[in-house]
Amino acid sequence: MITLLGPQRQRPNLAAELSRAEISGPMAVVTAGWQERESEVDELGQHVGFPVVNLRLYDRAEKLFRRDREFFQAYRQRQERLRSLQRIYRERLDYTLGQAEALFRREGEPSLLAPEREDAMAAVRALDRHHLSRVAEVQAEFRERFDPARRPSVAAEREQVREELASVQAFAVAGGHVAILLNRLRLFGIADLVRELPIFAWSGGAMVLGERVVLFHDSPPQGKGYAEVLESGLGLYHGVLPLPHPRHRLRLEDPARVALLAGRFPDSLCFAMDEGTRIRSDEGTWFDAVGRRLAVDGSVEEVAA
Amino acid sequence: MSLLIDRFVHGESVDQKSIEEFLGSHQFPIIEGSNATFVFYGQADEVRFRHWIFSLESSRPFERLEGTDFWYLTEQLPPGSRVEYKLEVRQGDQRSLIRDPFNPNLAMDPFGANSVCQAEGYETPDWTQPNPDARSGRLVDLEIESAVFNDRREVMLYLPARMRPTRRYPLIVAHDGVDYLRFASLQVVLDNLIHRLEIPQVIVALTQSRNRMGEYAADPRHSRFLAEELVPAVEARYPLIEDPAARCLMGASFGAVASLSTAWRYPGQFGRLLLQSGSFAFTDIGESFRGPAFAPIVDFMNEFREAPGRPAEQIFQSCGVYESLIYENRSLVPLLQKTGMNVRFVESRDGHNWENWRDRLREGLSWLFPGPLWMVYE
Repeated sequence: MITLLGPQRQRPNLAAELSRAEISGPMAVVTAGWQERESEVDELGQHVGFPVVNLRLYDRAEKLFRRDREFFQAYRQRQERLRSLQRIYRERLDYTLGQAEALFRREGEPSLLAPEREDAMAAVRALDRHHLSRVAEVQAEFRERFDPARRPSVAAEREQVREELASVQAFAVAGGHVAILLNRLRLFGIADLVRELPIFAWSGGAMVLGERVVLFHDSPPQGKGYAEVLESGLGLYHGVLPLPHPRHRLRLEDPARVALLAGRFPDSLCFAMDEGTRIRSDEGTWFDAVGRRLAVDGSVEEVAA
Repeated sequence: MSLLIDRFVHGESVDQKSIEEFLGSHQFPIIEGSNATFVFYGQADEVRFRHWIFSLESSRPFERLEGTDFWYLTEQLPPGSRVEYKLEVRQGDQRSLIRDPFNPNLAMDPFGANSVCQAEGYETPDWTQPNPDARSGRLVDLEIESAVFNDRREVMLYLPARMRPTRRYPLIVAHDGVDYLRFASLQVVLDNLIHRLEIPQVIVALTQSRNRMGEYAADPRHSRFLAEELVPAVEARYPLIEDPAARCLMGASFGAVASLSTAWRYPGQFGRLLLQSGSFAFTDIGESFRGPAFAPIVDFMNEFREAPGRPAEQIFQSCGVYESLIYENRSLVPLLQKTGMNVRFVESRDGHNWENWRDRLREGLSWLFPGPLWMVYE
């Protein structure tokens, strides 16, 4: 069972969702996205009302990098390659998505425009797929040479994490820096260790557990604000694209922007998740959703369980 | 379509009662498209609109509604403009400069306050206003015994909220830093931009000179003070990133000159510059018309134009189109670009004032120091 939640800082609903799932603790938590603040889980523990086991994946990775310098160097090189790839993709996206946006903003006869828009969106989706495959190549090259699973320094940490997970009733992932979070979760092979546990994730935590990680902000101080695919996620769920902080990050009043985002990921429910929202899945079926759904026609629909 | 003021003053009967009703039922100045109507009501022999818009007459007369104490003036203001002004009221031989009694919008500066007219399309940016969700950074004092100036210098430091000793931070040195705090809401802006992840957490050294017209006018001692005394003093106490790309000098007016001249004298030390309405006076021939205070700046700028080198890697430069310095600033852009530096120049429909400089901070800071906005979802 997977429960995706909106941001938890101002109006947390994690405790209510744990209670509804009849989980009374303990619960393992990953806060690696908070980086140096990873250990600051007291407030979270007070909110849920039972012990939380902090898996400390950020700290584990930092120590591991200090111990295993060869691995660290290779890891850094991979990250640099991924950043370069992302820059190239962004430049291409500016052009390709720019073309699509112009068509979505153009007024004219719908029967003429619709096929052109769909074709432009197909080009954007093709670029996204291409980028995902290029990133996967870089990841595969890295795994071939430095498979973390076969690295003694990593294996020891994985074993400790496995032991800590053996004693918990649930697993939770907080938000934060999604690339750091995703890398740490992958490094320690977390996906394979938590499949049988009820999973609760919010904000960036929810973003990295899905099939792909999509970065988004419609009104950044620089640039056009086109959403970018970062890379594949952990693949623990399918069919939903969580979009946390929509009030700050999305221009939901702009039908063209909404249509571009929803139309780009038609296989997923593009789900705007403000504080207090949620959506649950059991065996691949989504239900009990509270939030807002972005539609391909540019509309935004309230969803209430 | 006629303007409200025209319909009023050409109405059937205008008396004290109708004037008071008119004043009580509108906000002033009245903005109608690109027209801004200013009014004054009171005893006067003459009322004039005093502004600092370069290339317009600096003083424009109000018209009196015959037989009344009601005065009015309509000015054309392009959309997005922001204009600071005062009213000059003359009674007999007495002239006084006053703020517009019917306009609550004020902009503060070291000399007091001006009334502000916000033309159609101008909005005070939300990131300049306090946000209770944004954690506040701290201001701490730092004293530096300056061998360069042979005195003790007080510098204020902005430290970001949740600062950690294990992490390293970029350093921005802000000239007239205390004025930036008071008149350009710099602390609120930093808190908000950091909270919104639009810039990373930064440490800002806020310098305030007792002799800014001298020291900021390209005085080599000031450059030495920054590079050889202030920066090492901050480095000794706080964890800074040791990379020119993480070192920025910023300033407005003379402060921009101080920033550019310091980076020029210490190439490779300050990779980022934020230059606002720089007083970059120069001459192609003969004397500068700007007067003796600018003389050392003219000398520096002429030298700089001869051999600019490559003082930084990235420069954000801004200037208001209503200030006379727009000419010098526009002239500087191609010269800076020719050096291979990454230069962004932004113009605004505003003047030589602190709110203009405040309004450009988001674009400048987030371009020089992009934050983790795209990566962090808490």
